[in-house]
Amino acid sequence: MIARTESAYAISPQRIGAMMLRYWYLLRSSWPRLLDLVYWPTVQMVTWGFLQYYIATNAGFFARAGGTFIGAVLLWDILFRGQLGFSISFLEEMWSRNIGNLMMSPLRPIEFIAALMVMSVVRLSIGAVPVTFLAIAFFGFNLYGLGLALVAFFFNLMLTSWAIGIFVSGLILRNGMGAENFAWSIMFLFMPLTCVYYPVTTLPVWLQPVAWVLPPTYVFEGMRALLVQKVFRGDLMLDALALNAVLFAAGVFGFLKLLQSARRHGSLMQTGE
Amino acid sequence: MPGSPPIAVERLVKVYKTIPAVDGISFTLAPGSITGLLGGNGAGKTTTIAMIMGLTTPTSGRVTVLGADMPRERYRVLHRMNFESPYVEVPMRLTVRQNLTVFGKLYGVENLRGRIAELGRQLDLADLLDRPTGRLSAGQKTRVSLAKALINNPDVLLLDEPTASLDPDTADWVRAHLQRYCRERQATLLLASHNMAEVERLCERVIIMKRGRIEDDDTPAKLLARYGRRTLEEVFLDVARGVSSEAAQ
Repeated sequence: MIARTESAYAISPQRIGAMMLRYWYLLRSSWPRLLDLVYWPTVQMVTWGFLQYYIATNAGFFARAGGTFIGAVLLWDILFRGQLGFSISFLEEMWSRNIGNLMMSPLRPIEFIAALMVMSVVRLSIGAVPVTFLAIAFFGFNLYGLGLALVAFFFNLMLTSWAIGIFVSGLILRNGMGAENFAWSIMFLFMPLTCVYYPVTTLPVWLQPVAWVLPPTYVFEGMRALLVQKVFRGDLMLDALALNAVLFAAGVFGFLKLLQSARRHGSLMQTGE
Repeated sequence: MPGSPPIAVERLVKVYKTIPAVDGISFTLAPGSITGLLGGNGAGKTTTIAMIMGLTTPTSGRVTVLGADMPRERYRVLHRMNFESPYVEVPMRLTVRQNLTVFGKLYGVENLRGRIAELGRQLDLADLLDRPTGRLSAGQKTRVSLAKALINNPDVLLLDEPTASLDPDTADWVRAHLQRYCRERQATLLLASHNMAEVERLCERVIIMKRGRIEDDDTPAKLLARYGRRTLEEVFLDVARGVSSEAAQ
């Protein structure tokens, strides 16, 4: 009845699937969780959409740069909600005091991370897809009109969101719920530096190199180039991809080191503050 | 590894900053045995169990479970172990069946549906399988945690206070079930408990810890004889208050 063969380094799609099933059961059982996925993206999109509408009727540049604000809001939401979707699924384990059960089970850390990554896409899809249709209905902005560029933007932003989510999860494992606030706030550090709503040249000269170290900066610059100059900057996407590869590897490495440290400090059984 | 003891602990030490939580303990458990780990608060029982499970890394010394070095080789044996502890819970929003399904898949249980039905019958959970775990009583939740701990028919079972907060009837029922499980499956059970009656009834061997060290280690009958006491509770109090077996007599 029980499977007895187990290779030490095997990665099991069944265990990844089990974790996804666990989060799906949770989402399905809780309408406030589902509503929360859609609520903030909608509020944000509507607010910024009306602001763009107002500015566009009063300023020549913005009239030309149709959709820049709404586009930025929607892409920012991919970055922010992607990380939050990852982190909230992880936090569910801490809130329910289930992390010890998982760490004691045959689930590998890399399988846990994979399940959290897939769930961040699922949560993002539930929250963001309806909002993109609302953007078409309210403001005539069709995100899908970006075509293949959208795929490049999305992939790069998700990679960044996962890298940050993975590292923050490690911080929480090591330091307990006292570090929970990082999950909610860390991405806001990226907002001014990655130039979501303005070009990098707006930043002081000394700060611009910092912005160019962050992969999302290339995505937001790429989006503006596409919407304002009607040019797809493939070079920016490749630069973002290279930086994301480094950031993602650093995130996973940081997570594994923090998990190792949590084992040394006995934090996995005591997951409180 | 065939022939390896289910649990072997050698000169195990765990120091948190400068405080020794476990201080050079050694013991080996025989296959199919039920052993009680006794000790007051802060004696090092939970830290010892956490190191056996691979959740905490020892400062020095060695733990092997079914021949695998913990935590380094834990993935070789984790599917053959399981545990229950008051420090962890199964997700409360999920139904009992959903929780058992998730953990069954994590442990690679075959014919999972059948196994859940079997546990439902054995642990008197059949009528509760489709209810959210959070809506159950304390006793029912403990039975669910036990079902999770038994989902993979573990060869090594670690239980930390398995009957805490249960009424005497349910606690007695759980003990009987554990005894039957270990006998039928030849499973090895290490049980940390403050409940002396429970340890006396279930365990054929008792390890008493104090300040991270093993103060005594024997069968309940021999401990009672050595300390000249009638109950394990009296023995426990002697050890806790620093009365030696010679002085107790």
